[in-house]
Amino acid sequence: MANGTPIFAIEDLTVRFATPEGEVSAVNGMSLSLTAGESLAIVGESGAGKTQAFLAVMGLLASNGRATGRAMLDGADLLAMPPHELDKYRGKDIAMVFQDPMTALNPALRISRQLTEPLEVHQGYTHADAEKRALAMLKTLDIPDAEKRFSQYPHQLSGGMRQRVMIAMALLCQPKLLIADEPTTALDVTIQAQILELFADMKARFDTALVMITHDLGIVAGLADRVVVMYAGRIVEDAPVDALFEDPQHPYTRALLGSTPRFDAETSELHAIVGQPPNLQRLPPGCAFHPRCPLAIAECTAAVPPLTPVAGQERRMVACIRAGEAA
Amino acid sequence: MSLLPDNRGAVADAYDASLDDDVSGRSLTQDALRRFRRNRAAMGAVFMLVALVIAAAIGPSLLPFNYEDLDWSAFRQPPSLSTGHYFGTDQNGRDILARTLIGTRISLIVALVATAVSVVIGVCYGAVAGYLGGRIDAAMMRFVDIMYALPYILFVILLMVIFGRNIVLLFVGIGAVEWLTMARIVRGQTLSLREREFIEAARASGLKPTQIIVRHIIPNLIGPVVIFATLTVPEVVITESFLSYLGFGVQEPLTSLGTLIAEGTDVISVLPWMLWFPASFLVAMLLSLSFIGDGLRDAFDPKDY
Repeated sequence: MANGTPIFAIEDLTVRFATPEGEVSAVNGMSLSLTAGESLAIVGESGAGKTQAFLAVMGLLASNGRATGRAMLDGADLLAMPPHELDKYRGKDIAMVFQDPMTALNPALRISRQLTEPLEVHQGYTHADAEKRALAMLKTLDIPDAEKRFSQYPHQLSGGMRQRVMIAMALLCQPKLLIADEPTTALDVTIQAQILELFADMKARFDTALVMITHDLGIVAGLADRVVVMYAGRIVEDAPVDALFEDPQHPYTRALLGSTPRFDAETSELHAIVGQPPNLQRLPPGCAFHPRCPLAIAECTAAVPPLTPVAGQERRMVACIRAGEAA
Repeated sequence: MSLLPDNRGAVADAYDASLDDDVSGRSLTQDALRRFRRNRAAMGAVFMLVALVIAAAIGPSLLPFNYEDLDWSAFRQPPSLSTGHYFGTDQNGRDILARTLIGTRISLIVALVATAVSVVIGVCYGAVAGYLGGRIDAAMMRFVDIMYALPYILFVILLMVIFGRNIVLLFVGIGAVEWLTMARIVRGQTLSLREREFIEAARASGLKPTQIIVRHIIPNLIGPVVIFATLTVPEVVITESFLSYLGFGVQEPLTSLGTLIAEGTDVISVLPWMLWFPASFLVAMLLSLSFIGDGLRDAFDPKDY
């Protein structure tokens, strides 16, 4: 599933915010690519820049934010487009599922109206046809009593059901790329599992490339083909999912895996990563992770380590001068 | 252990069945109306207003006297059942009941038309300013500030002087003044709405700004707009009364509540009924409108329940 030419690529993306205290770099020189039907997980702590990178791609940055670089979707650069041009891609070729289904649906409109909107706007369906398609999509997503739910308002639906509606809305135009920003964070654990299953199922059925932004490594293992680990606005490791779990190269990835609770492990001890994520306004010199890194040496503070391919492993990159060394 | 699942099943089924009764779409508006109907003061005000509207609409045609006809046999008559002038007559022998009903009709029409004008202008202007934000918003709101700073009476009087006294102009003039507050309220609401995630979701699905304003912002404004509109109506009635009192309102022999009250105050010591009847109609109308506005505000504010 993860071969072929890339349909989506981010090249050297940088996102900066102008704040009264000075400029903040949320994302620094981020590059990645996706092939059709591939699913990619973006992992990192809060503030690592995962969400901002993709808000920039969607043209949804706050008004004080500025993005440079390129985001190529099918040969068109999304970042270079004026907003009215971008509207032809948003919701059609590229769609987004937001974190909190409680607030991402318009409380004043019926589910039916919100689902049919993108179809009428982008594909020129008549209202009746759009309703037929939307209802069929709700049924595909296993929403019980779809006809009844269809005519209800968001506050009459449970959180899991609302997230299904959000996913239905995103899938209706059959986008080439679906971005899910922590789609299960606001849901309870049993519903999380259902939603993840749904994503896996939909990805297979619609051949949509999926970007899953998350801080939950459990989601990553089950759903992603490839994982990108971010720290302080930079990609520190980019690896196929199995390889990442088996043999994490970057010390931060290792620390992240070590701090995940595991029910099959013998000890019940949880390992936290020492220290705090860095202040984005005053990043430490060199590798941003070195103040918290057990492997840090003097050279780490000299320069930002570039993302380099790992010897002997395909499609695998890491940004660390001591990559792979034991602690 | 064997009984428990069966039991639970039955209970759960019954519960599910009870849920099925009333689950088809009930919107925030429908919820609010349900709460409104439980508010006795507001419902009383609705009946009062409906009675006034019916009286103003069909009352004049049921009366034996026309509002502009003189009754040569009854000048300056106090209210009396025997003469048929239940509210008395004025110095020219015109029936006060007929004139009060016609005045109520004119005041209600002015109130509705001017409020509609102010709602349409205010909502469009405020939603556009609030949604676009930035410099456009600043420029648009400074224009509102300037309009606020102009004495509105002067503005309406200028309109009257330039275009002549005309009842349509009165509607437009008052509406053109009243929209300012509506625009401010709508802009404030829009500023908070546009930061909500569903607006971001709408942008992410490729809607143009005009589509977002029309399809997502304005439906969410219905609550505050309806409330403020009902509170605008009494304000418009008072403005119209004031302008009529100054002589800029409707022209004789047509009349409005404000004009009648103005005429009545001149003769309060000798013909008090010329003041009391139109004044009590005005008070009844304003009170019921205010109660309705209050009731709507309570009904649309979920925090109160």
